[in-house]
Amino acid sequence: MTEETTVPLKIVVLVKHVPDVQFDRHIDSASLRLDRSESVLSELDEYAVEAAVSLVESQGGFAAGHEVIAATMGGKSASNSVKKALQMGASSGFHLNDDALAGSDTVATSKALAALIEHVGDVDLVVTGMSSTDAETSVVPAQLAERLNFAQLTHALAVEFDGASRELTIRRDHADRTLSLTAALPAVLSVTDQANEPRYPNFKAIMAAKKKSITEVDLAGIGLDAEAVGASGSRSVVLDATARPAREAGTVINDSGQAGIALVDFLAEQKLI
Amino acid sequence: MPSALVFFNELSDAPSKAQRELLTLASRFDRATLAVASEVPQSAQDVVSGYGVDKLLVAPGNDDVFIDHALSALAAAVKQSEADVVLVANDNFNREIAARLAVRLDGAVITDAIDVSADLVVTKDELAGSYSAQAKATNGTLFVTVKPNSIEDAPQAQGQQLEVQPLDYEAAATPAIRIVATEAKAVSDRPKLTEARVVVAGGRGVNGDFGPVEDLADALAGAVGASRAATDAGWISHDAQIGQTGVTVSPQLFISAGISGAIQQKAGMQTSKCIIAINKDVDAPVFEIADFGIVGDLAKVLPQAAEEIRRRQA
Repeated sequence: MTEETTVPLKIVVLVKHVPDVQFDRHIDSASLRLDRSESVLSELDEYAVEAAVSLVESQGGFAAGHEVIAATMGGKSASNSVKKALQMGASSGFHLNDDALAGSDTVATSKALAALIEHVGDVDLVVTGMSSTDAETSVVPAQLAERLNFAQLTHALAVEFDGASRELTIRRDHADRTLSLTAALPAVLSVTDQANEPRYPNFKAIMAAKKKSITEVDLAGIGLDAEAVGASGSRSVVLDATARPAREAGTVINDSGQAGIALVDFLAEQKLI
Repeated sequence: MPSALVFFNELSDAPSKAQRELLTLASRFDRATLAVASEVPQSAQDVVSGYGVDKLLVAPGNDDVFIDHALSALAAAVKQSEADVVLVANDNFNREIAARLAVRLDGAVITDAIDVSADLVVTKDELAGSYSAQAKATNGTLFVTVKPNSIEDAPQAQGQQLEVQPLDYEAAATPAIRIVATEAKAVSDRPKLTEARVVVAGGRGVNGDFGPVEDLADALAGAVGASRAATDAGWISHDAQIGQTGVTVSPQLFISAGISGAIQQKAGMQTSKCIIAINKDVDAPVFEIADFGIVGDLAKVLPQAAEEIRRRQA
């Protein structure tokens, strides 16, 4: 067993409130922005919360002074994602809530989140999911590493922390191989859905989460101008978004013993063989 | 007319299909430069010169550290080429390189592109292909990650003289990430899942046996994919997973076997040109998006189809 760190860890886990992927999702035709009315904690962020909480548990637990701060940005309802993270074991929450954030691309989003992390201060580790389930760019963690000058340990299939050296080691796929990568803190860690099994909060955890605090800040509170984010802080703009026509169901046949042949006939008709 | 820079972290003897598609896209611009962050074999140079690339910038690097070298090499190549648009592959590593340099150089990054026009308007997929969007940069260099199978690979008839230059770059100043171990993945003779023209995918319905799925894939010279249920059950490697948390594919032909077609599964394949579904359950949602559906037992249908294809091709 590796040694535990003697210096408490301050971990920020980033969570996002996204439209539920179980249902049809829509882009508003006037604003060209995603309709976020029926939103939940991004499923992939549960792996991030689990990674942060279990890392603390492996290092003597919250009693040893470690912190896991669940942080998010966005409108009022975004704090629901922080609440879910608190139920899963995060110790406190931060919500960057400002109307000027709407319409931020990844460049502006990473700028706001980096400023939020610097505002929290003395952060050793930032943990995120592999991707949001809405924009699915999966590049904000790398951009945060760039902005904060933290080591980039992203797309982790597995995570190990050595408390004595305060180094993280992850496994990640890269081209035709799997790499083991090691870096010292501070770091940005993003975890895939292979990295762990997120816990379900029990009744006790749900009740305990109600006593945890969520600090709300706006852009001025973290030292950013409104022009630094949103459309003016973005470096790309969406010109147009149109729903693709729904696919139409084709012929469906019942196999009465010759369906494999019918399949090949169809391929031949379509000039696919 | 803007100029383009293509970046490859690695280039083997023969450029991959996705790499050739990027070179084809670059050749539509005024000038095309290729930068490679590793040694470039002569045979690969010969292929590259057939795509109208004027200049090849080469920066062999350090194999013991992760990502630093690629970042420094691409940053230097952007400066040296003065390109307006940088085209890279859509995999995680290249997306991250592009996104970090957009931050570093105060430019823009757009992912999941399927096309880039002459005036640098990017066409891309949104919400897993259920929307098509157009986007552009508002400032600085535009970094674009391009989905495989979006551009038709088209080398030019006449190769041209390729100017090869070493790339002058500064050593990285980012926190060191050491590569402490490297494991090669099992080599497959099948095409790469994201690049394949044909994909045959199996789900819960294969019930532990991917044999019939693999056999049909081989008859069609295609790749093998799987739903998350099948990879989570350990029936096949996670690398084969298609869907929201796996890879997205957009082949000419997608054959879905024993996959229900839940929204998260559709997310990974709904932009395929032609979809064929085989499922025991007549109510499986996959039939709503299939061009041709078979209600039946995949263990009977797939081997019969594979045998028939081989018979006709013989």
